[in-house]
Amino acid sequence: MANIKIPIGPQHPALKEPESFSITLNGETIISMDMRLGYNHRGIEKACEERTYIQAMYLVERVCGICSHSHSTCFIQAVEEIAGLAVPPRALYIRTIVSELERMHSHLLWLGVAGHEIGFDTLLMYSWRDREVVMDTLAALTGNRVNYGINTFGGVRRDISKEQLDGLLKTMDVLEERTKYYIEVASQEMTLIKRLSGVGYLSHEDAVKLGAVGPTGRASNVDADVRRDDPYLAYKDIEFKVITDTHNDVFGRTLVRVGELMQSYSMIRQLVAKIPEGPVTVKAPRKMPAGEALSRYEAPRGEDVHYVKANGTDKAERVKIRAPTLANLQSVAKMMENNRLADVPIIIAAIDPCFSCTDRMVQIKHADHGRQETLSWQALHAQSLEWYRKQGVDFADLNAKMSRRMKI
Amino acid sequence: MILSLFNLLIFPGFLFLSLFGLAMEFVDRKLYARMQNRIGPPWFQPFADFIKLAAKEEIIPEEADPVMFRLMPVFALTAVVTAFFYIPLWGTHSLFAFNGDLIVVIYLLTLPTLAFFLAGWHSTSLFAMIGATRTLTQLFAYEVPLFMAVLAPALLAGTWSLSEMTVFYQVHPAYAGFNIIGFIVALIAIQGKLERVPFDIPEAETEIVGGTFTEYSGRLLAMFRMAIDIEAVVCASLVAAVFLPFGFGLGPAWGFVIYVFKVLIIIALLALLRTVLARLRIEQMTIFCWKVVAPAALLQLLINLILSGVL
Repeated sequence: MANIKIPIGPQHPALKEPESFSITLNGETIISMDMRLGYNHRGIEKACEERTYIQAMYLVERVCGICSHSHSTCFIQAVEEIAGLAVPPRALYIRTIVSELERMHSHLLWLGVAGHEIGFDTLLMYSWRDREVVMDTLAALTGNRVNYGINTFGGVRRDISKEQLDGLLKTMDVLEERTKYYIEVASQEMTLIKRLSGVGYLSHEDAVKLGAVGPTGRASNVDADVRRDDPYLAYKDIEFKVITDTHNDVFGRTLVRVGELMQSYSMIRQLVAKIPEGPVTVKAPRKMPAGEALSRYEAPRGEDVHYVKANGTDKAERVKIRAPTLANLQSVAKMMENNRLADVPIIIAAIDPCFSCTDRMVQIKHADHGRQETLSWQALHAQSLEWYRKQGVDFADLNAKMSRRMKI
Repeated sequence: MILSLFNLLIFPGFLFLSLFGLAMEFVDRKLYARMQNRIGPPWFQPFADFIKLAAKEEIIPEEADPVMFRLMPVFALTAVVTAFFYIPLWGTHSLFAFNGDLIVVIYLLTLPTLAFFLAGWHSTSLFAMIGATRTLTQLFAYEVPLFMAVLAPALLAGTWSLSEMTVFYQVHPAYAGFNIIGFIVALIAIQGKLERVPFDIPEAETEIVGGTFTEYSGRLLAMFRMAIDIEAVVCASLVAAVFLPFGFGLGPAWGFVIYVFKVLIIIALLALLRTVLARLRIEQMTIFCWKVVAPAALLQLLINLILSGVL
């Protein structure tokens, strides 16, 4: 059978966000993979430079729908370092609690998605049902299910009451019991093991070389975790194990994530026991002094890096966001080698990709000659006018009329 | 003449089969949902889906062969409905019977799979073609075990006619107990034939979008869905007639109740299978079918060969 090229994406049921994987197949076996990013560029970094710090904080929280707290905390840490703010310990503990709850709901979500990608919808339904417990807890603690909005410069916006902390402990018992059941399922269900083990192999050397982070790296025995290696928030006060695995495949990545869930439960228990009394916020200045800072944060998907450069005004000079998915994407091409078409969805899903958080630029690829180029705003504008003119609509006149009327 | 037409078109023919098929789809979806801790659809959901789909616009791809594209759904539907007439349902005699109808039923049940393959192939879309080749690969894996599993009870009964088989097991009900391995093999093979988890490889949505049916829409897709629903009922009826030959002598009313009950049990077993398993890869599926299911079917054949000599 001749080699055929099949497109997975930009629109494909296996992908929750538009991204293009072009896969060359020989029968069912993958020969090579070509990847294109940039379908979801939103210009967040530039938008942050146009807004005040407090506005940018809310924008950064919306980089990702799942790890929203990760991005906002990572950004805030950088700004607080520049401003030299001493955040009260109680606020740090509350941030840590929300951050671990976020990891739980992210990993439970991943478990369900992984189940769906291999056609095991029962796992999807079960783990997403349990994820609701975490979501409800987050809503009770912060007021929101996804974009929690609990962070603010110099602390957190809400305190957690004694009753809420007790409720949190009860929730942990429920979740721990359910997670134990999933561990049992993952280690015993034959079709699940058959579909996961040996798939998407990424050796330890390749993982190091390609810079895999988070559970993707740890499943290839890369013993790295920012929470332990460069403690931030309240992580230096609590004890936990960094889960690593030597399976090097999708099965290993599943075990790492489920193991991290168990660690998170124990972390929450320690945090609740140790949380100090005191204020939850200090006053932060509106204008940050000049300076720069780099902040690292262990998001559920891996290490998140934010760089902020301040120039003494109330707006940042430069904000740079490196989402963990960008670090993991390089290894996907390696993982695809010698696998089958049926494994493509689960291999892509196994890095827990978050494509729209990753996209930082758009590159145009011409359909006729395949050359790549970037378009300036003016060129894009002219092209869109031309396209509509061909359809019989002339927007050039309309725009001129509108701008006269609105006196722009 | 009028009675034959009534039998063909109304009861137990096309109309009854369609309604029964949709009702069984509801049972399957509801059980699947309840076992997954979901509420599940209301009873009229399959009917509503069918009506809505049938009212939608049909789009035929420019590249596709329009004749084959339109013909295949009708072909699949006709084949499964025809197969139904040769299966004894609530009496020991089917609507039509002759010596050798067992082979014809299995042959007619293979036709929809071939129709799916041709439909995918003539859609000329990448995903549909990959789905089509997978359909055919899968056919070779489950068809032989299914054939052997259904043949084994026939061997014991010493006839190639489904109606005569049921008469035989009516006289010796205990003999049906010998066919337990064949029953399990047939259930697994039918799961493959109906392309449901863990064997829904030809239409694995996360891999190849809609598989064979990627390009189908509107009335044609509705016809395919109907064919699959009816195929489920026909397969369940075949398994019920061959492996659960009980309750035929109680008259038509009780016979009908028992028949529906048997089909329900088989549909429930199939729903359970798809709840607890993950989708296999195509090569895992063929290996499983040839290394585990086919030898099991052979074992059943061997047991029945020896038994037919001893008994």
